[in-house]
Amino acid sequence: MILSKEHELMRKNFRNFAETEFTTEIQEQLDREGGFNWDIWKKIAKYGFAGTKIPVEYGGQGGDYLAYALMNEEFARVCPVLAIYANTPNSLGGGPLLQCGNKEQLEKYLTPAAKGEKHIVFALTEPGAGSDPGSMITRATADGDYYVLNGRKCFISGAPIADYAIVYARTNPELKGAKGISMFIVDMHLDGVSCGKPEPKMGINGYPTSDIVFENVRVHKSDLLGPLDKGYAVAMKTLDGGRLGVAAQSLGIAQGALEEAIAYAKERKQFGKPISYNQGVSFMLADMATEIEAARNLIYSAAQAKDMDAKDASTQCSMAKYYASEMANRVCAKAIQIHGGYGFIKDYKVERLYRDARVMTLYEGTSQVQQIVISRSLLK
Amino acid sequence: MRIYVCVKQVPDTSGKVAVNANGTLDRASMATITNPDDLAAVEAALKLKDETGAQVTVVSMGPPPAEGMLRECIAMGADDAVLISGREFGGSDTFATSQIIAGGLSNLGVGPEDIIFCGRQAIDGDTAQVGPQIAEKLNIPQVTYAAEIHKNGNTLTVKRLLEDGYMTVEVSTPCLITCVKELNQPRYMTVKGILECYKKPFTVLDYEALKDEPLIDPTTIGLKGSPTNIFRSFTPPQKGAGKMLQGSNEEMVKELAESLAKKHVI
Ligand SMILES: Cc1cc2nc3c(=O)[nH]c(=O)nc-3n(C[C@H](O)[C@H](O)[C@H](O)COP(=O)(O)OP(=O)(O)OC[C@H]3O[C@@H](n4cnc5c(N)ncnc54)[C@H](O)[C@@H]3O)c2cc1C
Ligand SMILES: Cc1cc2nc3c(=O)[nH]c(=O)nc-3n(C[C@H](O)[C@H](O)[C@H](O)COP(=O)(O)OP(=O)(O)OC[C@H]3O[C@@H](n4cnc5c(N)ncnc54)[C@H](O)[C@@H]3O)c2cc1C
Repeated sequence: MILSKEHELMRKNFRNFAETEFTTEIQEQLDREGGFNWDIWKKIAKYGFAGTKIPVEYGGQGGDYLAYALMNEEFARVCPVLAIYANTPNSLGGGPLLQCGNKEQLEKYLTPAAKGEKHIVFALTEPGAGSDPGSMITRATADGDYYVLNGRKCFISGAPIADYAIVYARTNPELKGAKGISMFIVDMHLDGVSCGKPEPKMGINGYPTSDIVFENVRVHKSDLLGPLDKGYAVAMKTLDGGRLGVAAQSLGIAQGALEEAIAYAKERKQFGKPISYNQGVSFMLADMATEIEAARNLIYSAAQAKDMDAKDASTQCSMAKYYASEMANRVCAKAIQIHGGYGFIKDYKVERLYRDARVMTLYEGTSQVQQIVISRSLLK
Repeated sequence: MRIYVCVKQVPDTSGKVAVNANGTLDRASMATITNPDDLAAVEAALKLKDETGAQVTVVSMGPPPAEGMLRECIAMGADDAVLISGREFGGSDTFATSQIIAGGLSNLGVGPEDIIFCGRQAIDGDTAQVGPQIAEKLNIPQVTYAAEIHKNGNTLTVKRLLEDGYMTVEVSTPCLITCVKELNQPRYMTVKGILECYKKPFTVLDYEALKDEPLIDPTTIGLKGSPTNIFRSFTPPQKGAGKMLQGSNEEMVKELAESLAKKHVI
C-alpha cells in the first residue's frame, strides 16, 4: 500500500524514536529483570504516543488506525515489549471508554490515559474463562448507589502498575453466556482490590502481567461503563482494534528478525564465503520477506477498513492477527536457523524476538479463536 | 517576538556517498536529512517558544523538495515555513547564499525583538560562513558556537563554545546566533504535529518576490554573483594498506612519530 505523506512521516518519526530511545541496554535489562521502565514510559507519554489513536479533544493525538498500526509495527521492530507500553492506552484501555464512555467518564479516565498520566488496563480473562469469556463468574451485585464486585481475573497485562481497570462482571446471573455482563471502571486503589504476583513469562518481559482479585469491592454506579448487562459486545468490538495492534506488533517483530538475519547472513562466512551465498539460506530470506510484505498489506488494509468502519473490518482484523502472528513465529524460527548455534544464545537479538513472538498467537484471542471468527463470517 | 531558524537540507553523509563520473556529488541519488546543527537551532527556537510564546518561522533556501524538511520542522512545533527557491539562486557560494537569505529575511521583516538562529555549519559545504555573513548583511550582532542560551528581557546570555573552554556573551536583539549540536537534544515530531504540518502556512519566495529587495541584485546572487567558484572537486585518494613497523621498541616509536608528523597528524 502506498502511504500518504503524513503516514510516511509518522513511520519515520516512530522509527527514529524507537531506534534512539529503546536502547539495547534497556531492552536487555527489561528482559532480564522484568518490572517496568518508568523513564521510557515518561518519554512515550511526553510525545503523546500513549494517545496516538485517541481524539485530540480527549488529550490524544487524533491519529487513525493506520497511524496506530504503524506505531506498533515500528516500535515492535526495535522492542516488542515497549510497543505494548504505547499500545495499551490506545487499544484495550482506551477502547471501551471511547466506545461508550459518557462525557464525565471520558474526561476523568480517557484524558489522563491518553496523556500517559494514568494507566488503564483491560480485565476480561478469568482462570476458567479464556477463549470463552462468556463463561465468566466474576459477579457485580447492585447495592444502593454501588455495585459490589467479587471474583478473580487472570493474565491482566499491566495490572501491577495500573491506576484503573476496565472490568467485566456478570450483573445478571439469570442471563447466560454473553448476555448479562457489564463493564465497570475500577479504581485499583479501592478497598478489596489486590493483584497477584507478576507472572514469570517466556517473553515480553518488562510489562508485568498478573491476576486481579476483587473482594467485596464497592464501585460507584457512576463507574458503570455503557449499558447494563450489555458489556460483552463492547469487549468484542474493542478486541478488533486490539487485534490489529497485535498483528502490527507481530509484523514489527518479523521485520526486526528479518533484518537481523540478513545482516548476519552477509557477514557470517562458512566454506569460504558468506552463508547468504547459499540458496538454502537466501531462499529462506526471500520467503521471510514475502510473507512479511503480505502481512503488511493485510494489516494496513484492515486498518483502513477500521478507519472507514467497513462492514467486514472485524473479520479483516481477525485475519490480520491470525496471519501476522503465525507468520512472525515462522519468520523468527527461520531467523534463528540462519544464525545457527549463535541464534540460541541470548547475546543475539533473534533469541529474544523468538520468545516475544510466541505470545502473539495467544493473547487477544488465540489463532483458533480467530479462525472461529473468520469462518463464522464466511458461513453465516 | 519572531524567531527565524535557517535550516538546510543536506545529503545524508552517514549513508553511502555517491559521486558522479565527473567527480561532483551525486546529490539526487543520496538520501537527504536536515543538517544536524540546524536541528539544534530549531530546538533552541522551540524552547524559547515554550518559554515566551514567540512565533517560530523556519526558512530554507533550496530546491522544491526542501519542503518536506520544512514540514518536519513544523511537525516538531514551528508555526510556519518559508522556502526561498528559484533558478536564479542556483550555484551560489556562501557570499551569495547569505545575500539571498538575508534578502529573504528582510523581506519577511526582522523586528527589534527578533532572533535569527542558524546552525554552526552544514555537513556538506562545511564552511560555517553563512550564519555570520547573514548577520553582517543585516547589520545585526552575532554570536557563534552557542552551547547554552538564556533569554532575559531583551537580551540573551549565550555560552560560546571555544576549543579550550567557553565564553559567556550578552547580546541584545535583534541578533543572530549559530548553534552547535551539543546545545540540546532536538525533540521528536508528534502525531498531531504531523497531521497538522501540511495545513500550516507555507510561503515560497522566488526571485520575482525578492527582486526589489536592496540585497537582491543579479550581481550578488547565484553563480554570477559568487566571488568564489568551485574549480574542481574530486574524491580524496583511498588510504593504502596498513604498514607494519619493525625493529626495537625505540626504533618503532621514532618511526611512528616521524610518519605521523609528516602527515600533520601530530
Ligand atoms: C502475556 C499475556 C497477557 C494477557 N493480557 C490480557 C489482558 O490484558 N486482559 C485480558 O483480559 N486477558 C489477557 N490475557 C489472556 C488471553 O487473552 C488468554 O490467555 C487467551 O484468550 C486464551 O485463553 P486461555 O489462556 O484461557 O486458553 P483456553 O481458552 O483455555 O485455550 C486453550 C487452547 O484451546 C484452544 N481452544 C479453546 N476453545 C477452542 C475452540 N472453541 N475451538 C478450537 N480451539 C479452542 C485455544 O485456541 C488454545 O489453543 C493475556 C494472556 C497472556 C499470556
Ligand atoms: C548547486 C550548487 C552549486 C554551488 N556552487 C558553488 C560555487 O560555485 N562556489 C562555492 O564556493 N560554493 C558553491 N556551492 C556551495 C555553497 O556555497 C554552499 O552550499 C552554501 O553557500 C552554504 O554553505 P555551507 O554549506 O558551507 O553552509 P554553512 O555556512 O556551513 O552553514 C551554516 C548555517 O547556515 C545556514 N544555511 C546554510 N545554507 C543554507 C540554506 N541554503 N538555507 C537555509 N539556511 C542555510 C544553516 O543554518 C547552516 O547551519 C554550491 C552549492 C550548490 C548546491
